[in-house]
Amino acid sequence: MDALEFDTQEIKREIRHSKPFRTKGERRRYFITLFIALALSIGFGCALIFYNNPVPVDSASFIPVTQRRFNAVIAMIIAAICHSLATVSFQTIANNRIIAPSLLGFEALYSAINTSVVFFFGLAGHAAFTGIKSFGIQIVIMIVVSLLLYGTLLTGKRANMQRMLLVGIVLGMGLQSIASFMRRLLTPSEFDILQARLFGSVNNADPEFFPIAIPLVLIAALLLLLRSKHLNLIVLGKECCLNLGINMTRETLYLLTLITILMAVSTALIGPLTFLGFLVACLSYIAVPSYDHKYILPMSIVLGFLVLSASYFMMYHVFNVQGVVSIIIELFGGLAFIIIILRRGKL
Amino acid sequence: MISVRGVSKRYSSQTHIGPVDLEIPQGEVTAIVGLNGAGKSTLLTMVGRLLKLDEGQIFVAGLDVHDANSKDLAKVLAILRQENHFVTRLSVRQFVAFGRFSYTQGRLTPQDEEVISHYIDFLGLKELENRYLDEVSGGQRQKAYVAMVLAQDTDYVLLDELLNNLDVARSVEMLKYLRQTCDEDGKTIVMIMHDINFSAQCANNICAMKEGKVIAFGSAKDIMNSKTLTDIFETPIEVIDTKYGPFAICL
Repeated sequence: MDALEFDTQEIKREIRHSKPFRTKGERRRYFITLFIALALSIGFGCALIFYNNPVPVDSASFIPVTQRRFNAVIAMIIAAICHSLATVSFQTIANNRIIAPSLLGFEALYSAINTSVVFFFGLAGHAAFTGIKSFGIQIVIMIVVSLLLYGTLLTGKRANMQRMLLVGIVLGMGLQSIASFMRRLLTPSEFDILQARLFGSVNNADPEFFPIAIPLVLIAALLLLLRSKHLNLIVLGKECCLNLGINMTRETLYLLTLITILMAVSTALIGPLTFLGFLVACLSYIAVPSYDHKYILPMSIVLGFLVLSASYFMMYHVFNVQGVVSIIIELFGGLAFIIIILRRGKL
Repeated sequence: MISVRGVSKRYSSQTHIGPVDLEIPQGEVTAIVGLNGAGKSTLLTMVGRLLKLDEGQIFVAGLDVHDANSKDLAKVLAILRQENHFVTRLSVRQFVAFGRFSYTQGRLTPQDEEVISHYIDFLGLKELENRYLDEVSGGQRQKAYVAMVLAQDTDYVLLDELLNNLDVARSVEMLKYLRQTCDEDGKTIVMIMHDINFSAQCANNICAMKEGKVIAFGSAKDIMNSKTLTDIFETPIEVIDTKYGPFAICL
């Protein structure tokens, strides 16, 4: 009798825990979802490289063709890592699940930089504004501008996240309008070439930039993943963080720096993909029954790559159109955004 | 011991808290009472290092709260503020577990789990520990907040607006818990109270504030008289002796 009671107590003690997943079932569900998503995305990735390859394997041009497709897949992986990690952590920092880091004005800045190059230097300037140097310049400009913004807005006496976001939105709108004004004054041919660049597409990605982009992204992503525990805490708010011994302002600044690096690299490499991050973050919250960023962040990367590779695969091989997939992603992302806003009373 | 030395905080030329000098004894429950806008919360949040001071110094257990290492302080001093909304779904237990962060940096040991279980049971949350915070009532959530602050296992606990969302039964229960943890674990508890009778029953000391200054500090016996209470609350108050001790009635 005593032994039995001891047993039940033992079991109860084992059941009571504060792990990120409340039950084993939730944990299992997470890993199954992750595994399926990973398998599917690897499948789509390989399919994008090998499926319907017009060149036979023994042909001399097989390697270059495959290489080109392979580069696009690499660009997709980079985009997935950048947008997913940046959006999820950004939403955590802002304690708001309907915003994306594009609110900080990266895309506006990107389009302003590219438009002003064409506007001031013409097509020749645009053609010259390629290569590693321009890539580096764009990244540096984006990082410097956003760090100046956060640095002043988050550390001052009236430091406030909402104020920073508002300034980011207004600044982004201002830059967009200046850019669109400049675009009106362009000749049609200049406009056409510029427009192609302003839609995000993995085919824009120049493999020449990979040696810079990949290490930058990997380091920033790793540092962000190592910060999962702090991200979990930041959700609780500034006072709770301070109470538990975390300086939230410093932490936020550090995290925003990493987010900036990720967004800047991705935008400079691929172009704007406004709704990708938002869509992926939403899917990840649904797929992960836990608060812990240690589990949400990896899931978001895998889902991000799955969304990108699946939509490219659909577009190329099912609908047989060559175009920019960001239109499709923005369509579905926008729809998801509206559905979520309408379905949930609270955010 | 908590010692507040010449502390003042200026909001504008009209609103000015302090200068406050105060010694709050160790191992006792102290209630801060006063009218709205008397500076109770300001004083408590300054002691809890959530608000910067303009002048003066505050020491808790010998540590200057605005200079000492934030991580060390988190093991000495815990403060409960009003609850805030957050987007993530956390279970009651996961939330309480955050209280252990200053010890574990997120890696919970079996000992930590025991401490967490202890405080969850202590506050009667055992049955709903695996429910999400947005699935429990306001009073239960308030208890979860208190459990989290207690799980921080600090010698000093500051509680702001503790009895928010709690009905009379829960309030009495909560004050009993606090009395118990003070007596058994030797914790020093400072809380803001609105009900003078609750304060007199539960607290060793009552600290009365008015217009940003401490106007009276002493045991319940010292404070619970008609003249002092009428002065503190600017309302005619009569104190009568009952078999449960002095009892204040607003006229």
